[in-house]
Amino acid sequence: MTTATPTVAAGTQKTDGTPTTTAGRVRKRLNSRTATLVSVVIAVVWTIPTFGLLVSSLRPEDEIKTTGWWTAFTNPQFTFENYQQVLFGRSSSSGQLAGSFINSLAITIPSVLFPLAFACLAAYALAWINFRGRDWVYIAIFALQIVPLQMALVPLLKFFSTGVTLGGVTLMPAWDLVDEQKFAQVWFAHTCFALPFAVFLLHNFISQLPGDLMEAARVDGATHPKIFRTIVLPLITPALAAFGIFQFLWVWNDLLVALIFAGGGNETAPLTVRLAEMAGTRGNEWQRLTAGAFVSIVVPLIVFLSLQRFFVRGLLAGSVKG
Amino acid sequence: MEFDFADQQPKLLMLMYGLIAFVVVVGGLLLLLDLVPAWFARRREAQLVAASASGAPLPRRTKPREGLFALFFLLPTLLLLTIGLVVPAIRTTLLSLMDGSSTNWVGLRNYGWMFSDDSIVRVLINTLVWVLLVPLVATGFGLIYAVLVDKARFESVAKSLIFLPMAISFVGASIIWKFVYAYRGEGDQIGLLNQIVVTLGGEPKQWLLESPLNTLLLIVIMVWIQAGFAMVVLSAAIKAIPGDIVEAARLDGVSPWQMFWQITMPSIRPALIVVVVTLTIATLKVFDIVRTSTNGNYDTSVIASEMYNQAFRYGQNGQGSALAVFLFILVIPVVIYQIRNLRQQREG
Repeated sequence: MTTATPTVAAGTQKTDGTPTTTAGRVRKRLNSRTATLVSVVIAVVWTIPTFGLLVSSLRPEDEIKTTGWWTAFTNPQFTFENYQQVLFGRSSSSGQLAGSFINSLAITIPSVLFPLAFACLAAYALAWINFRGRDWVYIAIFALQIVPLQMALVPLLKFFSTGVTLGGVTLMPAWDLVDEQKFAQVWFAHTCFALPFAVFLLHNFISQLPGDLMEAARVDGATHPKIFRTIVLPLITPALAAFGIFQFLWVWNDLLVALIFAGGGNETAPLTVRLAEMAGTRGNEWQRLTAGAFVSIVVPLIVFLSLQRFFVRGLLAGSVKG
Repeated sequence: MEFDFADQQPKLLMLMYGLIAFVVVVGGLLLLLDLVPAWFARRREAQLVAASASGAPLPRRTKPREGLFALFFLLPTLLLLTIGLVVPAIRTTLLSLMDGSSTNWVGLRNYGWMFSDDSIVRVLINTLVWVLLVPLVATGFGLIYAVLVDKARFESVAKSLIFLPMAISFVGASIIWKFVYAYRGEGDQIGLLNQIVVTLGGEPKQWLLESPLNTLLLIVIMVWIQAGFAMVVLSAAIKAIPGDIVEAARLDGVSPWQMFWQITMPSIRPALIVVVVTLTIATLKVFDIVRTSTNGNYDTSVIASEMYNQAFRYGQNGQGSALAVFLFILVIPVVIYQIRNLRQQREG
């Protein structure tokens, strides 16, 4: 993999000036060949690992454990047994990923909706309502983006488990959540952690809407809530989609927050937590790990591929406009 | 060997509660926002009517209540950020000055521990290696690939291939690569890497157990995931270079090599900086890969995974918090650099 860099350098360096001679033209073609070759090599290196995982997940257990997945092409034996096992198996060692799959869904959907709605409202206020200290509020929220979520984990967990007492007065009792109720903690944590970036991203879009439009609406006597609902919301749907996909991928793929706030129990652990646990304790059960990994990958992959357009737009808006 | 759907019902019920809460909170807020101004309008109308009936001078129009609106719009965000981020961050800073059970003040002892304990110094060195390598290598691959496939046939397909790992969780990616690194004592190898080594006549190895090589192999996973991000952003930047500049350079007979260094690189510098900075911050916080692949054993731990172990496995809140604060301190200069850069860009 690391050899790719010098190849390009050497390859491109050769052509100096426009090729006027035959030799020059040949060299140029070779040059573009090198370029193609290098890009194909990179593409292959980037794809092979996932491909190997997919092939392996479809092979019978003893085949996976004794021969490399590349032998499957000369000796094809395929089965869905691994998926059956890992999703619906009853024994605790099999993974029971169907339950975790539902946990992942239950965690992800509200964790996307809440920050989306709140950030949308906040971004509108910061962009189009005039009030004192507006810039400072925006800068403060913007700055919070850099606080690593590690800074919040310990106290936030304490906040859920013991509540808030100030000078002996209980301001908020402990949440005391059990089993699937713990989803609420995860929703809360994800919402808090997502807000700074969400406000920043949506503010970028909302503040660029034409001011004349708002002015005209104001002259017609529309109030801020009305403008927000009837003018702004429909116009920023692409931005909402962009952030929605971002947040979806982030929450679905998150391990740290889920590990701490959902715990490892069957009732709450999402796919990532369960898979990480399987990789640790049953690191050689490749028939389950490969199938399990693919189960966890497939949903974000579908979302990603079908909505890539929005995702890329959000990515560029979030990182380039700054 | 069967799956009982009934077991899953409480979860779905909980999800439904969550959705109902969402509708109630957001819907309620919007409704409130509609009702409040209507109520004010009606009150003012009543005042006007009363004033005109009694012949008193009309009450002066009060200033529009912009601030009140703003407060309602911002309320949920500000509340959640305070409870979920600001207050916890302050408390973590305080906890880092206390002992493991958060009862006694110990001053800066936790920070002293961080730089004197050999295993933690190792963690810091590992983090440094990560931060130096990942942004550089991932951006390098992203840039090379973006330049090479630019305007090529099948460009979008080619880009999707590199971009796809971004959709995969770090946990999934770690499992994918753990399988590449897999080792078998006897018989055929099942891991691709060992198979390649054997084919080339070498001895298979337990890659993830050998320090410091294992850290590099984990870094490969991160590069694999992040190169797609670099590629997409840089590719967009390359496409944004004005066509006439490229055309003019081509007419001047510039070689592709010169074109790259004298036209492409200066034009995409801002995007390049953004990519490197974003990757640096993401790398500083890397946790999932280390946790899934080695659980921080065999000298692979980094700050974020050590922070988790200290605070949530060993119950050392003080030391865990100190690591978190240190992580925060490391992020700050990177962000300041980016902000200064952006400001220069806007002025220039």
